Amino acid sequence: MSTAAARPDPFPVDGWKRAGWVLLAAYVVYAAAQMDVSWDRVVSGLHNARHFFERLFPPNFSRWDLLIKGLAESLQIAVLASALGIALSLPIGLAASRNLVPAWMSWPARLLIVAARSFHPVIVAILFVKAVGFGALAGILALALASIGFTAKLFAEAIEEISLKQVEAVRATGAPFGSVIGIGVLPQVFARFIGFATYQLDSNLRNSTMVGIVGAGGIGGTLFAAFQRFDYDFVCAILISIIALIMLGELLATGVRAIFIDGASIADLFRRSPGAPAGRHARLPEDD
Amino acid sequence: MLSIKRLSKAYVAGKPVLIDIDLEIAARGITAIIGASGTGKSTLIRCINRLVEPTSGAIEFEGRDLVKLSRASLRQARRHIGMVFQEYNLVERLTVMENLLSGRLGYVSAWRAWRRKFPPADIARAFELLDVVGLAGFANQRADSLSGGQRQRVGIARAVMQQPSLLLADEPTSSLDPKTSVEVMQLLTGIARERGIPVIINMHDVELARRFSDRIVGMAGGKVVFDGPPGELTDGMLKSIYGGEDWLH
Repeated sequence: MSTAAARPDPFPVDGWKRAGWVLLAAYVVYAAAQMDVSWDRVVSGLHNARHFFERLFPPNFSRWDLLIKGLAESLQIAVLASALGIALSLPIGLAASRNLVPAWMSWPARLLIVAARSFHPVIVAILFVKAVGFGALAGILALALASIGFTAKLFAEAIEEISLKQVEAVRATGAPFGSVIGIGVLPQVFARFIGFATYQLDSNLRNSTMVGIVGAGGIGGTLFAAFQRFDYDFVCAILISIIALIMLGELLATGVRAIFIDGASIADLFRRSPGAPAGRHARLPEDD
Repeated sequence: MLSIKRLSKAYVAGKPVLIDIDLEIAARGITAIIGASGTGKSTLIRCINRLVEPTSGAIEFEGRDLVKLSRASLRQARRHIGMVFQEYNLVERLTVMENLLSGRLGYVSAWRAWRRKFPPADIARAFELLDVVGLAGFANQRADSLSGGQRQRVGIARAVMQQPSLLLADEPTSSLDPKTSVEVMQLLTGIARERGIPVIINMHDVELARRFSDRIVGMAGGKVVFDGPPGELTDGMLKSIYGGEDWLH
């Protein structure tokens, strides 16, 4: 029986952790000093912001034709980039899954995915603008590449988590490789793939409103020009339109997911109670 | 029919799981392989269709040595070997019908399989087999909505869809309750006898093995230690297969 004094302290002080926190706090103070973030700077900034927000409202929709053209181009960039990127992600993701293909095949595929992921879409868009010139093509290629980096990686990870027992059974029937993939593998990951694809479309829609800033097509170019000309009321109109577009995209993505993953019908989507498809979802968990 | 000669398997070099197995399987009849866990029963049965690659030895089936086959010829040979698994191994998100038809994948191109364009004759036979295994009306249900017993019935039907000349069953009843186990064994052995397909079954359950098989092979330590009709399987033999004796009484 050990005495109270002999027992170890259940909450020992960890000097290293404490030192870490102190260091972090010191760095924040130091960085703020370096960047000249002072109270006066905040006050003058807020003053400027007030002026800016006053000029934003009311939004000016008089140049609606320019607005619609930009939005339509952004939508086209997003849809085409998603279609291209997702279509390429299927074979690349499959090639990158270490449980189904030999290492000599999965390593190059993984390298390709890492390369596609390493730069922000805006940097890639700048590269493509330099390569293929101004316009929507550069935006499409940049976002398609970004889609591969995201979707193919998640798809490869989903394939690496499948049940190999189901694959083994299909293989044991003498099925060729293509059928093993189509019947033994894809049904296990299809629902998740639809999920990734809709998230990617959603994200491409957001990014397609931005690549225009570097000249790769879409509403971003219009937005940037409006900023530079201090047309803040038009800027406001553009921002409101982008919000509407993104919300529309989100609705669309939710609908696609409901149809493919929950097995809802088109009519279910317009029903008010979300309980009907949710009941089915309980039986079909997305990542079992 | 099937002749296994000096078959050895070592997952780790120097630690063999199977040691020089010699086994002849006749063109008819139910052979049960019994033995304690970890004696290589499952490895043996998986070496036959090369889900596990043998380390050495030969497996002659329909006049060819399965161990030496190229990938393409192995696929051809696998079409004639049906397999039933302990955990059913159905493709959970596919329907019962799709699972049955997956037994025909060796005969259908991948392109047709992706589009579900199976020959009408196969589909007709799948419906007949659903009747036989007592799952008429389940064709469009997803496999993950079935109970264990129902799943194993689908597993058996999928294997029979191959019109195999040999059936392998790896612990087909180990995940089922005693009553369902007997029903599944009745179904499996019934279909096999009716169609004249030889069956090799791995089993834990000695009583089930005695009841349903024509021949029992007892394995211990990666070797065959008993081979004979169920009647010859004495307590003494069981002792040498499983070790110890307290559990017998």
